[in-house]
Amino acid sequence: MTVEQFLYYEARLLDTQRYEEWLELFTDDATYWVPLEQNQKDAFETSSIIHDDRTLLELRVKQARHPRAHARQPLARTVHQVGNIMAEEGAGEVKVTSTLQLVEFRNEKQRLYGALVEHRLRRVNGGFRIAHKRVDLVNSEGELDGITVLF
Amino acid sequence: MAANEELAMLVQPDRVHRSVYADPAVFELEMERIFGRAWLMLGHESQVKAPGEYFTTRMGREPVVVIRKNEKEIAILINRCAHRGSMVCTEGRGNIERFVCPYHGWSYDRAGALQAVPFASGYEKEKLRELRLKAVPRAATYRGFIFASLSPQGEDLQAFLGPARASLDDFVDRAPGGELEVAGGVFKHAYNGNWKLMLENHLDGAHPAWVHASSVAVARTAPEPGRPGEEHYYDIAVRQMRQNGAPESVWEATGIWTTPRGHGYMGDYHDDARLVAGLGNPAFEEYRAILAREHGEEKADRILRVTLWNTILYPNASFMSQFRQLRLIQPIAVDRSVVYTYSFRMKNAPARLFRDTIAFSNVVNGTASWVLTDDLEVYERIQRGFASGAMEWAYIGRGAGRDVAEPGATRGATGTSEVFIRGQMRAWLDYMTK
Repeated sequence: MTVEQFLYYEARLLDTQRYEEWLELFTDDATYWVPLEQNQKDAFETSSIIHDDRTLLELRVKQARHPRAHARQPLARTVHQVGNIMAEEGAGEVKVTSTLQLVEFRNEKQRLYGALVEHRLRRVNGGFRIAHKRVDLVNSEGELDGITVLF
Repeated sequence: MAANEELAMLVQPDRVHRSVYADPAVFELEMERIFGRAWLMLGHESQVKAPGEYFTTRMGREPVVVIRKNEKEIAILINRCAHRGSMVCTEGRGNIERFVCPYHGWSYDRAGALQAVPFASGYEKEKLRELRLKAVPRAATYRGFIFASLSPQGEDLQAFLGPARASLDDFVDRAPGGELEVAGGVFKHAYNGNWKLMLENHLDGAHPAWVHASSVAVARTAPEPGRPGEEHYYDIAVRQMRQNGAPESVWEATGIWTTPRGHGYMGDYHDDARLVAGLGNPAFEEYRAILAREHGEEKADRILRVTLWNTILYPNASFMSQFRQLRLIQPIAVDRSVVYTYSFRMKNAPARLFRDTIAFSNVVNGTASWVLTDDLEVYERIQRGFASGAMEWAYIGRGAGRDVAEPGATRGATGTSEVFIRGQMRAWLDYMTK
């Protein structure tokens, strides 16, 4: 599978609400980070919109499935449009940068997010696993309504 | 809208008319009579330490700049050029020598005085001497927290705060040396709902089991908190989410108070001492020892004992001193509100305690968190419900008739009493009709 195909596959899982399968794309030691500030360096001394290890990411998906998850049920419909994919081979990992445009529809409200995305992918059994995913929203420092989508 | 008699009919002992939340004309009056008069919390002195350091915020809908104008004084200026009305500062924070208007280049010093005007010969000198960035009529601080009022008259800040001063004291006293600073970024979240809905929610002990049912359930499946020294970074937040599912008896045993100005505060509702105290945690023990060296063992214990939980300063502030979280609300429209969430670092405490604050902020109060998102969803549903005229009234009668008068405050009969909403509504009536 190429890097491009992998990113498209990841987006497809999210857009078809196969969140549990999406989780399986991540390594056990993965981090999933949506910084609050532009060019944020640190996730422990500065707040983040999302800063999850694998455990928290699983809890995030579990919450989305809970029947009384008021802000998440019914689930939002989404389109993850992935573009500008560039891959750079590193030691044991492939660093991939891309752009994301995400359209969300829920509660009679349509929203558009834009983000610069970085994946660090590990080769596992002829495919990839995500060791690190960073999503820098263009408006991360703006006044944002509550966010319940997965980027 | 609206004679005072009509306004007075909107709030009754155990019910509130939907127009209080949904009528744009009522909202306009609120901006004038509540946000135009009350003391509003704007932030903390640590945000403007060095001369020239500033941050921008809103007082109600008024854009303001809070700036350290010299070593001793802070200026709070309306962020609007005296000439043609452009905002002179659009950055959230920074350090500046002069504000220069982008339209015609008028410049103002840190105190708001007009410094230079291009094409100056075209203006009457007398007129230019009158023009400046308007300073907010009244400003004051309480233990490092910055307050301001858009009205030149009114009671002083101490009287306004009343017994709620104890909550701010609790916030500051927990920090060794009283040294607190805003740190770790500012969450700015928004919702399509009235500003009062947030203030009414933060002291509502009957809502977590329902609104937060999904995060309670998820947190119960989270890994158990690590042993002392081996905690997960998010343990503090998982504990809080679990505690939101505490049995009714715990919530009912909690204290809830309201003051004549509409402020309110909760007593402790936690049965898990480790949530707050982190007993056995080496970093917490170090923190406790620092406080004990400063105050003695007995006073240190008294400071760390949790007697005050969420506090609301009506009409714009909400904070949790144990987690060092402050939220300030800015009403934008009758059905739109913006909230800035600040985290505080205790400068002389072990670094781990600030990491706990950040983890708590991310997981509980953050824009994409497990907890806040469900609150925002409910605010929006309430707003949509109140848009309908088919039912006129909202009921605020939980515990009504059983309130207990205490010195300076009224206490709810049980922890889930809506006494604090009735208190906020009494204050609302005072501001709106007197």
